[in-house]
Amino acid sequence: MSTADLLSGACPAPRRETERVLLGHGSGGRLSAELIADVLVPALGAAAVAGPLEDAAVVTAAGADLALSTDAYVVTPLFFPGGDIGRLAVHGTVNDLAMRAAMPLALCVAYVIEEGFPLEDLRRVAASVGEAARDAGVRVVTGDTKVVNRGAADGLFVVSTGLGRRLPGTAPSAAGAAPGDAVLLSGAIGSHGVTVLSTREGLGFEADVSSDTRPLHRLVEAMVQAGGEGVHALRDPTRGGLASAVNEIARASATGVEIDEPALPVPDAVRAACEMLGLDVAHVANEGCLVAFVAPDCEAQVLAAMRDCPEGRDAVRIGRVVDEEPGRVWMRTGVGSRRVLDMLVGEQLPRIC
Amino acid sequence: MKYLDEYRDPGLARVLLDRLHRVATRPWSLMEVCGGQTHTIVRQGIDELLPAGIRMIHGPGCPVCVTPLETLDRAMAIAARPGTVFTSFGDMLRVPGSHTDLLALRARGCDVRVVYSPMDAVVLAQQNPDRQVVFLAVGFETTAPANAMAVLRAAGLGLANFSLLVSHVLVPPAMTALLGSPDCRVQAFLAAGHVCAVMGWTEYEPLAERHRVPIVVTGFEPLDLLEGILMAVTQLEQGRHEVENQYARAVRRDGNTAAQDAIRRVFRIADHAWRGVGTIPASGLVLAPEYAAFDAERRFDVGNLTAREHAECIAGAILTGTREPTDCIAYGRTCTPRNPLGAPMVSSEGTCAAYYSAGRTKPAAVPGIVP
Repeated sequence: MSTADLLSGACPAPRRETERVLLGHGSGGRLSAELIADVLVPALGAAAVAGPLEDAAVVTAAGADLALSTDAYVVTPLFFPGGDIGRLAVHGTVNDLAMRAAMPLALCVAYVIEEGFPLEDLRRVAASVGEAARDAGVRVVTGDTKVVNRGAADGLFVVSTGLGRRLPGTAPSAAGAAPGDAVLLSGAIGSHGVTVLSTREGLGFEADVSSDTRPLHRLVEAMVQAGGEGVHALRDPTRGGLASAVNEIARASATGVEIDEPALPVPDAVRAACEMLGLDVAHVANEGCLVAFVAPDCEAQVLAAMRDCPEGRDAVRIGRVVDEEPGRVWMRTGVGSRRVLDMLVGEQLPRIC
Repeated sequence: MKYLDEYRDPGLARVLLDRLHRVATRPWSLMEVCGGQTHTIVRQGIDELLPAGIRMIHGPGCPVCVTPLETLDRAMAIAARPGTVFTSFGDMLRVPGSHTDLLALRARGCDVRVVYSPMDAVVLAQQNPDRQVVFLAVGFETTAPANAMAVLRAAGLGLANFSLLVSHVLVPPAMTALLGSPDCRVQAFLAAGHVCAVMGWTEYEPLAERHRVPIVVTGFEPLDLLEGILMAVTQLEQGRHEVENQYARAVRRDGNTAAQDAIRRVFRIADHAWRGVGTIPASGLVLAPEYAAFDAERRFDVGNLTAREHAECIAGAILTGTREPTDCIAYGRTCTPRNPLGAPMVSSEGTCAAYYSAGRTKPAAVPGIVP
């Protein structure tokens, strides 16, 4: 394609690029949601399921509620403080199952490897997958391996699929939040996204911060034991951060949500990085925390149960579901005013100054 | 966190607001010059806490917003040339030109990269001797010293494959132009703290005197802004028009003289076109003749570019504070951060984007929700 084509003829009015996938389409924010809603789901036709988009699907088979989830891992760099792509591949899928109150039964793991990839690095990633699976108490029952030409992949991609069994007596769903619910957060936000960004770009924050990647199913089990059906909605705020997770639940549940900004637990190193780079910590990715929408009558029990688990030691209430402006998320700021907390639109881009 | 929490304390904010409510007896219009200040004001909802008569007008101090469309089109034409590595700060990548934006060019295979410092672009030029590395040098006096240092470094290394596409603007000439406009409603300025950290505030003293307008050098945290507003309103109520410094922890009267020297070595002052505002005399920086070899505009002939703004966009009126984003018929409808028609909707420091992300819409339906 010529320079002239790039700049003009190929892109008539409306001038915005609409026929190419942008990196922002993978950010977990609004562009990602549009891609799914406009391109991927309609193409399924009658093969699609109705209802809100969930972290994992629940299917009933042989009288049991089973949960199914799949996720592709393309993180750069492959190794970062606190984790690597192998640990992410296990934890991410275990956590997606857990967000439907399902305990993992089995995982499948597929590797897409670029020609020339160091075998030593592959050994490290594979060992990580094994260690993380043993730690989570789940077996890797099958998998796949593909090698592609040099340049056709960025070193290594990992895809994991998980099958889980739902805990009896619960049905948390993105559409389950109700006015009056407490919004609980299991721990500090922002560490994973800042660690990966800082390591990738060599920004120097990685000395003070590490990824929070960890499995959350035991935490969910404790929450469900304490709150039962009062645990209305669960989501792990991965790509797109807390803002996207809460917005998705607000929209799927058609409720308003008010978040108390000063209540958000943010490690100092993460705050420093976000301040310096002009990033909103509510848009930064996490891999080891969850946000829960819990009925007011069991809020105290669930919060106490969370704090009894190592993964939920720093759990706090960060907000409340309100019976106004369905689908809108408000943030109560430190100085006492209110603003909308919106989803990330495209890529997170550092500000000039 | 030290040096942040002190300036976000709700109790102290309440004290400043109480004092402001006691001091203000009449309506006043204040302009915060810098986009970073606009971002804090709107993000924290500070303007909604002010006494009813105190109006904040959001000034033209977002470098992304005032970069001319022609410069953006030139940037994209250069980025689309084979063998080019085009580098920029992150938020310039999303700014739409006449036909496309840098993110879309990257998706089509052009080598467009986010850097965190112009020095990173110099390193890229060292690492890629067979390719042309171009840095999009935009911003106010704040970013000019680092860009000057990058040119000096590249000159020292003898790099023939590094250049800057320059669109640097200066704050005092823009304030002068605003004050000289018959539509001007600004009665006091909050000057941009980080610009003054570099340049000091001596340039503002004749401006305050000539136009009898209070100017308060102000920082960027909520308490900085509340205190700056209180100082400006106090001056207005007392009939004073002085330059005062709220941001004393970062700004001295003479500024950073080493940084000023770097700017003077590398750049010359020239007339400059501000997007949405027009050409303002002596309001921009261009590379000095001895560093003209690093000028991307000279190095790459991409032809004469003429650009036309979107007919519905009222960016000029927004940037000069004569209209509010919510006055615009496109705002929140055809113009959103997802699909910006004009620059103030692009950068998070742009007035329209700041309003939009804070939910200041004419009540609009949330996608996917039936009211």
